[in-house]
Amino acid sequence: MIILHPRKEIPLQLTLLVPVVSVVITLILGALIFAFLGYHPLAALYEFFIAPLSRPDQLGNLLVKACPLIIIGTGLVFCYRANIWNIGAEGQLVLGALGAGWVALSFPEATTPFLLVAMAIAAMLAGALWAAIPALLKVRFSTNEILVSLMLTYVAALLIDWLVRGPWRDPKSFGFPLTKPYPDGGVIDPILIPGIGRLGQLHWGVLIAFIVAVIGWFFLSRMLGGFQVKLMGDAPRAGRFAGFSPGRVTLGVFLISGALSGLAGMIEVSANIGQLQPNVSFGYGFTAIIVAFLARLNPLAAIVAGLVVALAELGGDAAQISLKIPKVVTGIFKGILLFMLLAGETLTRYQLIWVGPGQAEAALSGNDKEADINV
Amino acid sequence: MAQPKSAKNTGKTPLLSALQVSKSFGDFVANQAINFTIYPGELHALLGENGAGKSTFVKMVYGLLQPDSGHFEWQGEKIQLSNPQQARATGIGMVFQHFSLFEALSVAENIRLALPAEYQSEDLAAEIASKSADYGIPLKADQIIADLSVGQRQRVEIMRCLLQNPALLIMDEPTSVLTPQETEQLFAVLRRLADQGCAVLFISHKLDEIKQLTSRATILRGGKKVAELNTRDKTTRQLAELMVGSQITDIKRRKPPAKQIPLFEVAGLNRPALSPFEVALKDIHLTASKGEILGIAGIAGNGQGELMEALTGEWCQPADHRIQLAGRELSAAGPLARRKAGVCFIPEERNGHAAVPSMNLAENALLTSYEDAKTVSGGVISQQETLLAAEKIARTFDVRRPSANPLASALSGGNLQKFVVGREIIKKPAVLIVSQPTWGVDVGAAQFIRKAMTELAEQGSAVIMISQDLEEIFAISHKIAVLNDGHLSAARPAGDMTAEEIGLLMGGAAETAQKARRAAR
Repeated sequence: MIILHPRKEIPLQLTLLVPVVSVVITLILGALIFAFLGYHPLAALYEFFIAPLSRPDQLGNLLVKACPLIIIGTGLVFCYRANIWNIGAEGQLVLGALGAGWVALSFPEATTPFLLVAMAIAAMLAGALWAAIPALLKVRFSTNEILVSLMLTYVAALLIDWLVRGPWRDPKSFGFPLTKPYPDGGVIDPILIPGIGRLGQLHWGVLIAFIVAVIGWFFLSRMLGGFQVKLMGDAPRAGRFAGFSPGRVTLGVFLISGALSGLAGMIEVSANIGQLQPNVSFGYGFTAIIVAFLARLNPLAAIVAGLVVALAELGGDAAQISLKIPKVVTGIFKGILLFMLLAGETLTRYQLIWVGPGQAEAALSGNDKEADINV
Repeated sequence: MAQPKSAKNTGKTPLLSALQVSKSFGDFVANQAINFTIYPGELHALLGENGAGKSTFVKMVYGLLQPDSGHFEWQGEKIQLSNPQQARATGIGMVFQHFSLFEALSVAENIRLALPAEYQSEDLAAEIASKSADYGIPLKADQIIADLSVGQRQRVEIMRCLLQNPALLIMDEPTSVLTPQETEQLFAVLRRLADQGCAVLFISHKLDEIKQLTSRATILRGGKKVAELNTRDKTTRQLAELMVGSQITDIKRRKPPAKQIPLFEVAGLNRPALSPFEVALKDIHLTASKGEILGIAGIAGNGQGELMEALTGEWCQPADHRIQLAGRELSAAGPLARRKAGVCFIPEERNGHAAVPSMNLAENALLTSYEDAKTVSGGVISQQETLLAAEKIARTFDVRRPSANPLASALSGGNLQKFVVGREIIKKPAVLIVSQPTWGVDVGAAQFIRKAMTELAEQGSAVIMISQDLEEIFAISHKIAVLNDGHLSAARPAGDMTAEEIGLLMGGAAETAQKARRAAR
């Protein structure tokens, strides 16, 4: 029998080393799987991690891919720091896209950039409202936020599907499930670098991602609100003793992460698609969970983590094209990465104790606080 | 298999003896040269206050700890108990105060999980049924733990021990979680076990129960054995005297203030127990006056935690009770509002309640000062202010730190406690409410903390101190009340009270205590 016993102190080198070790093990396991499937392991890893960095336009695409991951990941950091498990960022993203789309389609002639501001606000409100459902149910009825937020993702997917096939469909779309294209004012422009021009798909939304991460970091590390979030995660009893309300923190982190997921959905559609369609996201809401953990729940590190994960995503695409590695294999590779990171996180916080059968009772009571007091 | 091993033991050979057994943790001597004997079929009580060394002793008997010196003898032969398996193989079983059962599994499944391989049998259910009949333990093998009451769960734990045919059964404070009726049933089972030859070592501080159940008692105080006696020959009062010792009355107390000005009042506080491990608070009344320290004595698990939560406002339910500060109503106020009104708190648990181990001292200072406009303005925390505040607390209260602003977990228990106490006292609150201020703290730090509280009272604050340490209660309190099973006795001047009386009140023998009081007059 194995007992996970919380560590009294977590050494700094462990905190820094564990994510690195997790990534290294992922690389080794990935190489083994590629070799087992008959691909050259080094060539596969090259396609995954080096090839996407080899051309300037690829760098632009990398930033574009990382943009929603960084924004959503920053929001999820807040939830996970408070020990609140929002798994439904994907659905909140979809709702954000819907909120923004509704504003954009309501002003079909608009050319003013203020339309983007209104769309961003609508997207954040819609995402936050969607996230408020699991939060309020948890606070009021102690429901499990993991289940509720996850299930709402499927509701959101069906909602957008219905809207773009039904009431919001462009009559001139030849039967395709698409809305009318957004007006000019509702489209995020590409970044034009003087002398070079466009860098892949690079757009101004990427800048928002960096700003969001920096603001998120400032809030979490310098503001009282962030202090409450960390307190709820680290020592909820101390939080209550200090006079903070656990329910308000739960609601707060859900609203923040829902709003950011919504914002990511708005940027994704406005910059890359320009109209609503049944699929507006490539699973960014789920992939961002990896980003939040890879960043060790630090918004600034979410920038780096978002870029790393985006690299793996682009690399997966590249490997599919150039080496014909099936999509499911790249999915397995990402799964291994997440599993290793979470295992690493657990082993950082807990130590393993091995005990023989029948010894558990003694080992547990030995760790019992009551027993420790009564020396 | 069906018969306990002990059935073979007859005559006057002790079943288990401890010879000059000692155990220290660092500088702290938990057990000092303890001699102890228990005979087959005997109901033997191990009696003592919190920290008297009871748990250390039984942990050595059960193989969880090893003595530093001295040894144990089993049926006259020297034995070494290196781990619980060995103890169980020898014939020693133990039922812990806190159960480790899987709620979703059945009785039989739980027992099967915990039984060592050599006791596993094909038909566990039948064996449970036969043992149930033998000892009069009503228990069905297919019941799910989640559906069982606390008393029934305890029976599962007892059954688990009995299936290994112990000759000695150790029960660690078994009645602390039971209702009076369940206690009666437990005693019937234990008597039956003893009749069949199994010795029972019964750990408790409840004097009435000990007189009711056991024939002999070993009394520990401060890690030493102070008496071994026949419980039938002694009154509960004499037992109390031996348990708490009478030397503590000799400590000089400070003079109470001349004039009584009530500052903080609680009236009619009731709190239901929401889980079997909680103690319900029953109609609590207390008053803390200016310049006075009110000591609330009592043994752990009699409602201290529940009372503290109700006082801090962490448990705050709109009810008919009243909590007032100088006439100002606070009963519906949360911890922040109470703190703003001038009532500061120091909960018992440093780690994760009064302080956050994973945060640094500046952040821990912020924990109870974020309402200060200088510290937090516009939602932004002033790093400089919190650092200064932490520095000031650490300087004033002599907190030894490895660096200027370390994580709270990097401080020793005593130093973190000084920090936590200092954090509140430095605000000069009108009322300070503190639970177990010197728990797990070395002597020097404990003296320092007591002195700080005394000085705060001298400056005109009211102090309420919940403590299980009687010596501490007597050392600095002006008035003393006793918390027992959620009841708080009326506070009386410390000079009027004797240790025996408090010991009796702590043991729940309120009537006997009244008689003792009348007799003393």
